[in-house]
Amino acid sequence: MTVTYIHLLLLLLDPSSALMSTQDPPPSLGNHSMDKNDVDEAEGHFTVPIAFRVFSVDYHHVQAPFEIVLWIMLASLAKLGFHWSGRIPAVVPESCLLIMVGLLVGGVIYGVRHTAPPVLSAEAFFLYLLPPIVLDAGYFLPGRLFFENLGTILWYAVLGTLWNVLGIGLSLYGLCQLGGWGLEEVSLLHFLLFGSLIAAVDPVAVLSVFEEIHVNEQLHILVFGESLLNDAVTVVLYKLFESFLRMPSVSGVDVLAGGCQFVVVGLGGLCVGLFFGLVAALTTRFTARAQVIAPLFVFLYSYLSYLTSEMLHFSGIMAIVTCAVTMKQYVEANVSEKSNTTIKYFLKMWSSVSETLIFIFLGVSTIQDVHMWSWPFVSSTLFLCLLWRALGVLLLTAVVNKLRRNAVTFRDQFIIAYGGLRGAICFSLVFLIEDFPKKRLFITTTIVVILFTVFVQGMTIKPLVELLDVKRKKRVLPTVSEEVHCRLLDHLLSGIEDVVGYWGQHYWKDKFEHFNTKYLKRFLIREDKQPKSSIVRLYQELERREQMGETDEGKRERSPAIEENQTHSRSLLPEEMDSIRRILSTNLRNFNNKHITAYSRHTLHQDFTVDASRKACLRRHQSLGERHSSTQTHGSQWDDAGSQGACLSRSLTVSQSPRSAHRDPHSTREGSLNGPVRVTFEGLASPSSTYLQGQDSSSARMPKKLSFAFENEKGK
Amino acid sequence: RWRLFSDLLYKHNFSEIIQRASKIFVSHSQITRLYSRFHSLDKGENGALSREDFQRIPELAINPLGDRIINAFFPEGEDQVNFRGFMRTLAHFRPVEDNEKNKDPSAGEPLNSRNNKLLFAFRLYDLDRDDKISRDELLQVLRMMVGVNISDEQLGSIADRTIQEADTNGDMCISFSEFIKVLEKVDVEQKMSIRFLH
Repeated sequence: MTVTYIHLLLLLLDPSSALMSTQDPPPSLGNHSMDKNDVDEAEGHFTVPIAFRVFSVDYHHVQAPFEIVLWIMLASLAKLGFHWSGRIPAVVPESCLLIMVGLLVGGVIYGVRHTAPPVLSAEAFFLYLLPPIVLDAGYFLPGRLFFENLGTILWYAVLGTLWNVLGIGLSLYGLCQLGGWGLEEVSLLHFLLFGSLIAAVDPVAVLSVFEEIHVNEQLHILVFGESLLNDAVTVVLYKLFESFLRMPSVSGVDVLAGGCQFVVVGLGGLCVGLFFGLVAALTTRFTARAQVIAPLFVFLYSYLSYLTSEMLHFSGIMAIVTCAVTMKQYVEANVSEKSNTTIKYFLKMWSSVSETLIFIFLGVSTIQDVHMWSWPFVSSTLFLCLLWRALGVLLLTAVVNKLRRNAVTFRDQFIIAYGGLRGAICFSLVFLIEDFPKKRLFITTTIVVILFTVFVQGMTIKPLVELLDVKRKKRVLPTVSEEVHCRLLDHLLSGIEDVVGYWGQHYWKDKFEHFNTKYLKRFLIREDKQPKSSIVRLYQELERREQMGETDEGKRERSPAIEENQTHSRSLLPEEMDSIRRILSTNLRNFNNKHITAYSRHTLHQDFTVDASRKACLRRHQSLGERHSSTQTHGSQWDDAGSQGACLSRSLTVSQSPRSAHRDPHSTREGSLNGPVRVTFEGLASPSSTYLQGQDSSSARMPKKLSFAFENEKGK
Repeated sequence: RWRLFSDLLYKHNFSEIIQRASKIFVSHSQITRLYSRFHSLDKGENGALSREDFQRIPELAINPLGDRIINAFFPEGEDQVNFRGFMRTLAHFRPVEDNEKNKDPSAGEPLNSRNNKLLFAFRLYDLDRDDKISRDELLQVLRMMVGVNISDEQLGSIADRTIQEADTNGDMCISFSEFIKVLEKVDVEQKMSIRFLH
């Protein structure tokens, strides 16, 4: 009786365990006519499981994913804290933070003597961790800039990497042979392999530190493009040397074949990427009715291109980058705004997670028992890395400057050379070398090099560059007039270049654009999205610029007030000149960035959410004060509504409300404006004229959009 | 290419073009390139560009000085610019080459001389063509270039400083000669040149 009673209780409290209990003691259940002992036993058998099954912890079941998620969570929380503090991100590159988190986790694991989840394996790295990082870099590549500077980028990436690899490998080999550090038996191939992986630079990490650098989109694209192609070259060389190592002997013919394979691998990856990119573009053409899965296609096709080229032993990195670059313009035209945002955010998220995981592996394997240390080897590696990179950059630049229109200045060269931080890829590649006696030494050395470059070089580069700038400034101190007029000339020149279609001067680019417009775009882009695309794009660009101008409000507080100069005509103190110069450089800079792209792996600067734009509007509202009270409300009204969407259709509804607020002060101008303004937005009817007209009073504050229409007026 | 040539023949006096062009540009292919660009901008296909044609260039619309640059193409009071005018304006941006200086002393200063380049830039400020950049004109341009983040006081003091550095005759305006003097250390020839061909 009691048995069945307890059994009922069980059923009530825990339905699932009731199932188990029915299985467990079937014989005792069946035997009601047991003697006392058995009943007791049966009872005891039942009473213990109640407390146990109601509340049990089964860690082993979820251990692997649980720990991984915890690691990622910890790193993400650390990033939150990192960005919360204002000044730190400007001094410390984000890679530093990730490594510190990794070290922390490693320390915890070491302290607990836990067995870590699966150690970084070749498959995990090449198949899961590497593609997101490279896809992110490829998707955000600014196409036009990249192709304009393609020659230089290839020069630095391919030749520079080869130079570094051979230099480091051969010199290390030579030093070890001579040095007597007990490393004579390590073969040349091993050193070349080591050289190939240690030459993989990740200078993008440094860009996050440069917020206040002068306009130099050329430097940005050089650094970014180099890091991307550099990765591809490194991985190819790495695999090449690894396969050489597996062969019993390497002859000259093999080396030659290796060189040919290098080219074949690169071109093969390119073709695979092109194919998948075009197919992806075509597929997105039909996603109008199923917009939610449109981003999925982007990821699927990119990953597929990577896997396909890996299967064919081509360069997966080249494939995925080409795929991303190819499909980007068509995908952006085809899919909805939200899908675009989704794609961008997911890419950043995944690449961030990948990098985090790799750095955590780095941290974990740093804090371990098994390290092989060798002072001479480590220090010479460090020294040689710096040396060869510096030499390489100097030599290559000397050659390339003769062919370029804009020379790469010494300051740029310094940044490229000194900013060559090693990152996640180095570490992963060293970990994946097949075991040989000195592997631990290589791993330790790589870790030291990464830590050194990230911490020391990463944190000191900005002060050093500022030192260089100051030295340069001391020699030639530009006056404020020169600064202002030179900016004018910059804007003028970029405008003239646009008129001339400077980029369109290139024969091949011309041909491609022609082919693109005539055939590809018609084929790959949805019909309704085609004809107005440039105007809509322009409009969206203007909206975006507007938001950019407003979100930079925060920087205003940093620039010190210089009102005291108003009344005096004395010569200004250096600090005041510096502050003027800083104000000018900070603010004049933003307008010249034709391609404000998301270089950083960790943030998406240009993306604005409705929240961000609303906040910006509010800030602007407050800061502009009562001077512009009546126009103010209008301005913020417009902004609020305008920021909700960068589509033309929405702006039409907005323009109705400002019209009434502004009829009086601007009625005289209404008629005169219809002329020039009418034609600029062909897709819009007359509401657009009042839309722009209403901005007249705030033209001082939103000049660039307005001057476009109004200066025609004033100029006549 | 050939079709464009025949257009050139049809719409303009070809020999006149070449004669003038040879003073402005050196090579034949530069002329054809510019003409094909002119042609692609000329949506109305009437052999002349209007302001709307320029405004259709997306990047120019975002340029803070976009409309002023467009204005610079149109002669006083006119609304259309033909190919000759187009080339003439662009000729200011041709790189200065040394061997040109000796070519033809009687032809006057070439369009791409340093002085003419600076005059072009000066005219971007000086809208009312009184050969002086007043404080207001300077403020307008500064405001266009700088955006919304600087207060009027700060901008005013920057403008005052700019004028103060240049002004030698105390009229609180920058004349053209003062403008030239202020920029004497700047490599204007290099800054204001476009290589039309690589």
